[in-house]
Amino acid sequence: MQRWQMTERLIPRDLSAHPRAYAPDYKTSVSRSPNQPLLSFPTTQTEITGPTFGHDMIGQHDNNLILNFTGQPAIGERIIVHGRLMDEYARPLPGCLIEVWQANAGGRYRHKKDGYLAPLDPNFGGCGRTITDADGRYEFLTVRPGAYPWPNRANDWRPMHIHFSVFGHSFGQRLITQMYFEGDPLIARCPIVKTIEDQTQIDRLVAPLDMTMAQPLDCLAYKFDIVLRGRTQTRFENRPEGM
Amino acid sequence: MVQKLDHLRETPSQTAGPYVHIGCTPNFAGIQGVFDDLGADPFPGEGDRITITGRVIDGFGTPIKDPMIETWQAGAGGTYGPGTRGWARIVTDPETGEWSLNTVKPGAADGQAPHIAVWIVARGINLGLNTRIYFPEDDHSADPLLSRVEHRHRAETLIAKATGPSAYAIDFVLQGANETLFLDI
Ligand SMILES: [Fe+2]
Repeated sequence: MQRWQMTERLIPRDLSAHPRAYAPDYKTSVSRSPNQPLLSFPTTQTEITGPTFGHDMIGQHDNNLILNFTGQPAIGERIIVHGRLMDEYARPLPGCLIEVWQANAGGRYRHKKDGYLAPLDPNFGGCGRTITDADGRYEFLTVRPGAYPWPNRANDWRPMHIHFSVFGHSFGQRLITQMYFEGDPLIARCPIVKTIEDQTQIDRLVAPLDMTMAQPLDCLAYKFDIVLRGRTQTRFENRPEGM
Repeated sequence: MVQKLDHLRETPSQTAGPYVHIGCTPNFAGIQGVFDDLGADPFPGEGDRITITGRVIDGFGTPIKDPMIETWQAGAGGTYGPGTRGWARIVTDPETGEWSLNTVKPGAADGQAPHIAVWIVARGINLGLNTRIYFPEDDHSADPLLSRVEHRHRAETLIAKATGPSAYAIDFVLQGANETLFLDI
């Protein structure tokens, strides 16, 4: 019998890296935030495993929001959004599904509940997806989304943003977040952004302009790196029989 | 002074917002022809189905209409995967807030009682909520998670009710007296 056994586990989640559940300036959170503490327990197989997706499920234009709705180009500032998906040990996470959704260049979503004045773009759906490559890299081609007003306090506006849904290799790594754009003065005024109390963590959601990836006479680029929880091992000693 | 640990911090979560379905189930959101909605059937081609129904209820006691729920579970044999086998993405009825999961009953895995892991996101939820579904007919006495729960009535929020042959019901209550036990997984 082996003296040591190893089991894989997730690094416990640092909840101070995340927004608070109850954040009254974001009014909807008031009635949708649990009051009771979360139950913590050691990682089981259920959390360390998770769904995995094959590159073969991704269509040619799935990560091209400019073309993927009708094949005709959407209106707006053309941008590349790219980055690396990694874990807390800075190890790349290859083969992971990333899904995005966003408003069009005028700040309007293609959704029956969005009644904003800005018109729909007939050539913009607003969804995209891709799978990270062997180095954990991903890339989308899209238009820069517009800012938009939303019903919360009397005059709240969302900064320009792209929603990200991210899978790792474990169900316990699952994350949904939003990417903001360098230089947007609405970021500091947004009650959803400010559900995160740690300013250094807010900064992690703001993608810088990346002129190294901007394509001359074509599009600008923004870089958004994403970090999911790390996986490590617990080592325990096998006890001899009868002890 | 000491060396600086060069580990990274996890990227912070933000709410999925009211339009999560555009990105995760675009066809359900009315955006057809871009790509298929994922997670519609966790066990394609596998028989012996159960159905679980429920609602996600807010602090006013009202079912919410805009969440997205994902589930992850072992198959009948108690093993996870491969690929997307065992993973489902669930939307709720936009009028009633009711959801339904058609799946196979998970087998016991890893010394745990049979269960389904659940992750709930929605507008107003700033960090996705994790919980589990257990089944009333199983022995839970040795389950490592349930045995950690100090208050019995809190553990009971994780156990579905049998409502018929191969049919179960469970509500996820976000807040209040019957608040679901949410997990720091
Ligand atoms: Fe949004």
